[in-house]
Amino acid sequence: MFRNQYDSDVTVWSPQGRLHQVEYAMEAVKLGSATVGLKNKQFAVLIALKRAVSELSAYQKKIIPIDDHIGISISGLTADARMLSRFMRTECLNHRYAHDAPMPVGRLIGLVGNKMQICTQRYDKRPLGVGLLVAGYDDQGPHIYQMCPSANFFDCRAMAIGARSQSARTYLEKHFNTFLDSDLNDLVAHGLRALRDTLPNEVDLNTKNVSIAIVGPKTPLRVCDEAELTQYLSLVEGEERRGGGAAATGDAGPAPEAGDERDPQPQVNNIV
Amino acid sequence: MAFMGDMMNPAPLWHNGPAPGAFYNFPGNSSSFGPINHTVQDFKAHSATPITTTTTVIGLKFDKGCVIAADTLGSYGSLARFRDCPRVLKVNDLILLGSGGDYADYQYLKDIIEQKIIDEQCIGDGLQLKPKSLHCWLTRVLYNKRSKMDPLWNNYIVAGIQDGEPFLGAVDKLGTAYEDGTIATGLGAYMATPLLRDAVEKGPLDEESAKALVRKCMEVLFYRDARSFPRYQLGVVTAAGVTVEEPVELKHDWSLAHMIHMK
Repeated sequence: MFRNQYDSDVTVWSPQGRLHQVEYAMEAVKLGSATVGLKNKQFAVLIALKRAVSELSAYQKKIIPIDDHIGISISGLTADARMLSRFMRTECLNHRYAHDAPMPVGRLIGLVGNKMQICTQRYDKRPLGVGLLVAGYDDQGPHIYQMCPSANFFDCRAMAIGARSQSARTYLEKHFNTFLDSDLNDLVAHGLRALRDTLPNEVDLNTKNVSIAIVGPKTPLRVCDEAELTQYLSLVEGEERRGGGAAATGDAGPAPEAGDERDPQPQVNNIV
Repeated sequence: MAFMGDMMNPAPLWHNGPAPGAFYNFPGNSSSFGPINHTVQDFKAHSATPITTTTTVIGLKFDKGCVIAADTLGSYGSLARFRDCPRVLKVNDLILLGSGGDYADYQYLKDIIEQKIIDEQCIGDGLQLKPKSLHCWLTRVLYNKRSKMDPLWNNYIVAGIQDGEPFLGAVDKLGTAYEDGTIATGLGAYMATPLLRDAVEKGPLDEESAKALVRKCMEVLFYRDARSFPRYQLGVVTAAGVTVEEPVELKHDWSLAHMIHMK
């Protein structure tokens, strides 16, 4: 039942100095489909790969708007993501009510981080099983933040989380030097290529399984409609795909863990 | 035969209630709280009236910033009780705050605002509270307090630099808020506002002329306002930052006073 002796509670240390429950929660993020976030000097962009539970069902939403200037993309347990997004929305609204100004992105991330940390330290709670990419725009420009179930958060130039996301990260690492000076179209194209690297060979990106959100100066957060998606997808259409995802990633980056390589289609449908 | 005894002396049909014809005040009923009922339920008396008060505060916008002025008198009724009550406050590098009304309420809110600024500096992300945000925040706080029937008895003037542009706004004890190029509270609203507006109508002011105009207003108010004082403070906020001058004495000359006769 247990993988080892020391993972019965969040609060239990292993002799190696690890908290296994927290690490298991980190694994939940990898069960969700991949999502990519990146930014240039003006815009922050989220691109997500959506899944459908069955052929008969619609694709599950991956990108949640928080406020006019902040959006999140989720990977992992949907229910936990909904709880966090509700919290973030409330905080943004309260900040607007009290200060007549949009919430600074970094401050919101700090609040969410503190909220997530609590449940990594209490025996009557569990860590949240969801990872977030947060895209936002404020006085300090565009931001991409990554949030983990371990309650760590990182200010990123570009990041990818979710199933097989190592391939996307490899792509991003190779190209992120060009992101800052690229225009919005190039930026989205880079994001789509990174996301495409997470796909199995027989699948490709289309307007149904891709979701794009853009935020920038005088550009309130916008989750793209189908027409805009078609336009952006045409930027990378027909390009030669890199073979076999992680196999082609080669030397760059740490070797992906075994769990990250497969695309484990979860048996439960509460994971996106 | 105990029951027989009860029958002979029956308990009253109606007790623990008001006397017939009288009203009963149910405990916990919201209408029984608040300063109106001080005399009835004196266990929670609020300051429903100001005690130590300050008078006019003046705010004026000029081309590259704002200036605020206020005298340093704390009046106890009509008694000129405290002579060093500074009430022009540097909030941060972008905001200057002036207050009139109850001095204790101002000190209370000043402590909260200063803590708010410290908390913000502790986050350390380099972001600073902006004047519009403080103006809105004051509106919420003051309106909330007035809704508890316990207002903070103040007029506030928020001056600052909002995204490079001068900002000037006022909030009163009810949470009523507005922005304007010239603001004067208390008696100054009647006597300084016309002077300020006349000057502003003639064209945009620079820093020096704005300061001179405000000093003139302080002088006029000193002659006419019985709760005023010749010692006042002046603060300026521009993109370069906030400066609050040390209090200065204004020169006054009452040699004409004997010629004024009230009819």
